[in-house]
Amino acid sequence: MLKKTLLTGLALSMAMVTTAYAADPIKIVYIGKNTGNPYFDSITGGFEDACKSLGCEFEFVAPATAEATSQIPFIEAQIQRGVNVIAIAPNSPDALNQVLDTAKAKGILVLTVNGDLVGNESHRDATILPVDFTKTGPNQVELMGSMIGYKGDIAILSATTEAPDQNTWIAAMNDTLKNDAKYKDMHLVATVYGDDQPEKSTTEMEALLSNYPNLVGVIAPTTVGIAAAAQVIQSRNLAKTVHVTGLGLPSEMRDFIKDGTVSAFQLWSPYNEGWLAAHFAVGVVGGTIKNEVGGTFEVPNLGTITIADKNAMNTQAELTTFTPENIDDFNF
Amino acid sequence: MTALRNILLRREAGILVMIILFCLAVGTQKPQFLTLDSLRIVLLLIPLILIGAMGQMLVIVARHVDLSIGSMLGFSAMVTGMMFKFHPEIWWPIGFLVSIGTGALLGLINGFLVTLFRLPAIIVTLGTLNLYRGLTYIVSNAKQIDRQYVPTALKSMSQTSPIFGIPWIIFISFGVALLTYIFVMHTRVGRQIFALGSNPVAAPLRGVAVTRVTLLVFSISGALSGLAGILYASRWGFVNPSNTGSGFEFQVIAAVVIGGVSINGGVGTVLGTILGVLLLGCVAAALPLLGIPGTTQSAIYGAVILIALLIDRTVRQQGIKSLTRARA
Amino acid sequence: MSAIHTPATRDLPPARPRWQVIVIRPETMTLVLLIAALFGASLLSPYFLDVGYILRSFTLSAEFAIVALVLTMIIIAGEIDLSPAANMALSACLFAFAQQAGIPMPLAIAIGLFAGLVMGAINGFMVIRLQIPSIIVTIGTLTLYRGLAQVIAGDKSIRVPDWFIGINTVLIAGIPLTVLIFIIASIILGVVLSMTIFGRQIYQIGTNEVAARHAGIRSQRIKMSLFLLMGLVSAAAGLMTASRLGSVRYDLGLGGELQMVLMAMLGGTYIFGGRGTILGTFLAAWLLVIVSTGMTVANVPPSVQLVVQGVLLIVSIIATNFIYSRTQR
Repeated sequence: MLKKTLLTGLALSMAMVTTAYAADPIKIVYIGKNTGNPYFDSITGGFEDACKSLGCEFEFVAPATAEATSQIPFIEAQIQRGVNVIAIAPNSPDALNQVLDTAKAKGILVLTVNGDLVGNESHRDATILPVDFTKTGPNQVELMGSMIGYKGDIAILSATTEAPDQNTWIAAMNDTLKNDAKYKDMHLVATVYGDDQPEKSTTEMEALLSNYPNLVGVIAPTTVGIAAAAQVIQSRNLAKTVHVTGLGLPSEMRDFIKDGTVSAFQLWSPYNEGWLAAHFAVGVVGGTIKNEVGGTFEVPNLGTITIADKNAMNTQAELTTFTPENIDDFNF
Repeated sequence: MTALRNILLRREAGILVMIILFCLAVGTQKPQFLTLDSLRIVLLLIPLILIGAMGQMLVIVARHVDLSIGSMLGFSAMVTGMMFKFHPEIWWPIGFLVSIGTGALLGLINGFLVTLFRLPAIIVTLGTLNLYRGLTYIVSNAKQIDRQYVPTALKSMSQTSPIFGIPWIIFISFGVALLTYIFVMHTRVGRQIFALGSNPVAAPLRGVAVTRVTLLVFSISGALSGLAGILYASRWGFVNPSNTGSGFEFQVIAAVVIGGVSINGGVGTVLGTILGVLLLGCVAAALPLLGIPGTTQSAIYGAVILIALLIDRTVRQQGIKSLTRARA
Repeated sequence: MSAIHTPATRDLPPARPRWQVIVIRPETMTLVLLIAALFGASLLSPYFLDVGYILRSFTLSAEFAIVALVLTMIIIAGEIDLSPAANMALSACLFAFAQQAGIPMPLAIAIGLFAGLVMGAINGFMVIRLQIPSIIVTIGTLTLYRGLAQVIAGDKSIRVPDWFIGINTVLIAGIPLTVLIFIIASIILGVVLSMTIFGRQIYQIGTNEVAARHAGIRSQRIKMSLFLLMGLVSAAAGLMTASRLGSVRYDLGLGGELQMVLMAMLGGTYIFGGRGTILGTFLAAWLLVIVSTGMTVANVPPSVQLVVQGVLLIVSIIATNFIYSRTQR
């Protein structure tokens, strides 16, 4: 009789203790590059939906401007608030080193989502990238080539000169053009920078058209750049002679695809990044996933995800290509 | 009197000479800069700045400054954009009324703060710069207005028109400049603004309704920022709460100062301001053509502004010297 | 006996009671706002009231605050300087570039500080010798210096050696070093401004430069020394920021000029010169940090923060102007 009561008492208390632990929801915060940026709304959507099904608490914050140091006070504040996971799209590869180290020292899981701290990876625990960035460059070159018959002068309209992802892609594009015989008749005549500003991107595009009258194609691997370039082509009615492609948001490019200014462009799904990041974070904090290179884990809707070199994960393997046929399937 | 007029005449001519010299210099490197195509690029760069500069000119002549024009542009553009997005059934030209009206209201608030509380405009507009930008975020819930919501007819105003294919937006901006010229030269209120700026103490004694003129000047600045707002949507095809109008005040004030408007008030011409805007436009268009990286472009802007100011200062000092000599 | 005519006492306005003179001044308003902000912030978020956290948050603005102290003196003297943030960036870039090129640290630091001094001298020269209004000069130099920083550093960051990093993490009696420097600088400059002849002369120049000059005050020399001081202090602040961030970019301190002017204005400094105190700016710096930290830790969206900052500025100058007009001596 006594034994039974003791056992049930023990079982009950254990149940209470475990539920007490389990009841503490994991707090995740995602710090975007800046507010008013529609791209991050998609990623946030993925986070929110994942947390609804996983039971974690999620908040999105972002500074007013995308300067290198603008995120520092936000990171400090989140540390102060005692979050378990800080996910961030970094505005600078190294300005955040010190403050992220402080976060890690407090046991917070630090993830970079959508972009990485190139050269400073030791200051974060893992990174979630949309695609394998090394394949982006070649993919874009191939898409461009298919539009211009694989010959002619082309140019690249990029964002800022320091953006690490841009530089990775541009380097890969140069590599592909030089070494792959398929593109031997395509010549890269210029690489210009629009600083991710529509005004600057527009003037750079107009300068390209002015400086290189034989230009047949422009690759703009930046959503701001491709929209600006497409606008210029549309207003000058040059869609037949100069082909624009790159990485763009369906919501911004819909007009251009439908009226034929742009025949195709590519991107990935930002929503999936948030979805994956939330699942990964909850898994690591809860102990069900180990953050080790070479490890794998399952995520509903995305299948098996492998943790690659430098603790990087990709949400999808290849870029998604948007065309007039499939553009309406997407709502971001 | 003739001495004074000669100086002013020389001022505008000076800017014109600078523009010609600059274009020629660039033309030797890149002959395609001296084509009609290039002129088109320059003219497309400046309409918003030109409109803003007209308003800012009046404010500075009245011995004030308006730093909030960028945020007023952003807010009115956003309000108009939201009207397009959520009420596409409204006839789109109403957007102009909405935008200009919103801008005028914001400008009026600036004017009230300056006149009612006798506060320095530079600080007030520094405050409203933040205030209006914050309100832009709040009103739009930090979401931008995507391209498909901006009426195509509005966007095509920046691309073409039945008149030689010159975009409407260029006509509108020069039309505003013409109206400003008429206002300044041929209306009593226009002249009163100059009187107020050159001698704020004497002005009321000469019958200038200081409060009313000041309110008017700030409202005009706001209204023109509002116009620039809807034209932003026309030119670039979208409205974004953080970017739209950000940095606008700097470009406008630079153009106005280069155009010979004195920061001490009372001096300035429409022609000079137009030339100042043109010069900045030429520089902005030439830099990417010359392949100058974005990193050096700001340094060049700073240098251009400083040079223009130095010239302004020397010319003014010469003028004062010749005047005092004439009197003696 | 005398033909001297003394005004009847009843013609003079009654002297203001001493307590009024001490209490009703713009700095009191700043203090009141500061206390209100502390209350508000603690109500807004339970995470706020942590002294360590508040001090750490101050380190993010400490460099600007130190420069704002000197800026206060310049504004009191009737001028303004909008270039210090760009100065910080350029000095830091030159310093970082030098030490990366192998130049020994002490020399690299000296180069950075000297560069700041030169920039201050340029500002001073254009304002005093060429007689161009300081607001124009410093808007021009702000773009120029920022642009030069871009030319030197490009879009890349320049690292600084590990031992140089983290000046803000050094704690003395629990207070971060940069905050301590700010407090000490405030005390020193406060004493200079209020209790030395140099300080009195600054006020006089700001009130009426022509009259001051006629009274024998060497306004040009004093103004030049202020611009030089500003240049030097900005450079030092730039180096401190480099230490805090661990690397230097051309956009170091971008937008800082606005924050510094904000601190001075909120502290009751009169934009047209002649009035203001170090105490006011000191309190205002804390006020700004408390307000922004309080809102950030409560996850208040940046849009609301912008609105609050805008309203704060407008309200404070209304109050400042009101107090000054009522207390015309």
